[in-house]
Amino acid sequence: MLVVRGVTLQYGAKNHLVTATYRVTFNVQESDRYVVLGPSGCGKSTLLKAVGGYIRPVEGEISLDGAPIKAPAPDRVFVFQEFDQLLPWKTVKENIVFALTASGKAKRPEAEERAMHNIQKVKLTEFAASYPHTLSGGMKQRAAIARALAMEPRMLLMDEPFAALDALTRVQMQEELLQLCEETKFTVLFVTHSISEAIRIGTRVLVLSAHPGQVRAELNAGDCDEARLQELLFSA
Amino acid sequence: MPSALRKAIVLLALAAIWEIYARWLNNPLLFPTFVDTVRAFFAAIVSGELPKAATYTIQLLLKGYVAGLAIAALLTAFASATQIGADLLETLTAMFNPLPSIALLPLALIWFGLGDGSIIFVLIHAVLWAVALNTYSGFRAVSPTLRMVGQNYGLSKIGYVTRILIPGAFPSILTGLKVGWAFAWRTLIAAELVFGVSSGSGGLGWYIFEQKNQLLIPNVFAGLLTVILFGLIVENLIFRTIENRTVRRWGMQV
Repeated sequence: MLVVRGVTLQYGAKNHLVTATYRVTFNVQESDRYVVLGPSGCGKSTLLKAVGGYIRPVEGEISLDGAPIKAPAPDRVFVFQEFDQLLPWKTVKENIVFALTASGKAKRPEAEERAMHNIQKVKLTEFAASYPHTLSGGMKQRAAIARALAMEPRMLLMDEPFAALDALTRVQMQEELLQLCEETKFTVLFVTHSISEAIRIGTRVLVLSAHPGQVRAELNAGDCDEARLQELLFSA
Repeated sequence: MPSALRKAIVLLALAAIWEIYARWLNNPLLFPTFVDTVRAFFAAIVSGELPKAATYTIQLLLKGYVAGLAIAALLTAFASATQIGADLLETLTAMFNPLPSIALLPLALIWFGLGDGSIIFVLIHAVLWAVALNTYSGFRAVSPTLRMVGQNYGLSKIGYVTRILIPGAFPSILTGLKVGWAFAWRTLIAAELVFGVSSGSGGLGWYIFEQKNQLLIPNVFAGLLTVILFGLIVENLIFRTIENRTVRRWGMQV
């Protein structure tokens, strides 16, 4: 479904180019929970942004269902690590309605219905009318996930969505995400630097090395264990 | 004790001190008593003089304010869209922001003559730079995450500005509006004091000036009181309400 072939990404000024990833290749299949695992500085977030369409590769190509990715679009919805991804001037429900109406996925009455349905899925019904700043970090991330799910995108792009949460909430959110995946079978591309998170979430795991990010290995969930990933990540 | 009650007590005490001092001084030409001032205030309201002057001032202020906002919007749009626009805005603001609008009045009088045109010109100058600068820096401070979210949902260019950038920058925009209003209000009263009569009607500043010429000092005080009241109403009632319904409710105060 998603094909990433020989992708090299660079950012920075003209005379100070940083190569984020170097000739990375992988494929994501329908309803995969594809995890990109790597140490900080391996360009995994940049890679995700390229799939999102925010950055163009300097080499190689990225395509979704055969069509090359050129710009951000609502068929690939992002969930960021930052808590301020919710529009602070809209309630939880209005945030979702905004996403649906702005992208033309649904009109008002239907958008509200879909919003409430997804809010219920992430167990935020009581807080549908709350403004984001009144929510805890975990609730904000849930709201962001609800917004992304409501869009029913081809792919969900998650950029360390639980990294800024406390350990307990993080584990709980991982469980909930897995449950949601079981229910709706959506395709996720998930970026993380946490080995345990990769093992818990992923059906497949891509391991990247640092500076610049290059593919170390691609593993199925069954072949992943902590020691193996540790070795892949930290061996020179 | 609630803060409204505490403030009421302070106000009462100030009025009492005023009254006692004025009676002790016993010179209504220099310093009329509080009671006289209040009496003059209500008399001027009943006679229609003060409301007329206030209406004149307010409508002039609104004209200048709205015109200033419109130009600020254009300038900010230009600055956000192009590099040269950004340079232009930054240079102009750095140059003109420290220049008190009232200093432009003599020049405005030569350019636009005696009348509303000159006052509106200095009002625009008072509003423009504060609003444009705050709006522009507000736009630039909208977080990259919010920007990416806006792009993710396929907003058009205009939709992106109206639905992401403007609400995202609203705390700064509101600050700009408040500062612009405060500048404009003070400039207007000052400009009217210097001159303000055109086609037989003048504003509050002119009213104060004229009453002084006729040595009707309680009326001068009544005029000043009106200026204070309007300032209070706009700054504490209108802007406070907007603030409570927007940035405070959104948890976005700066």
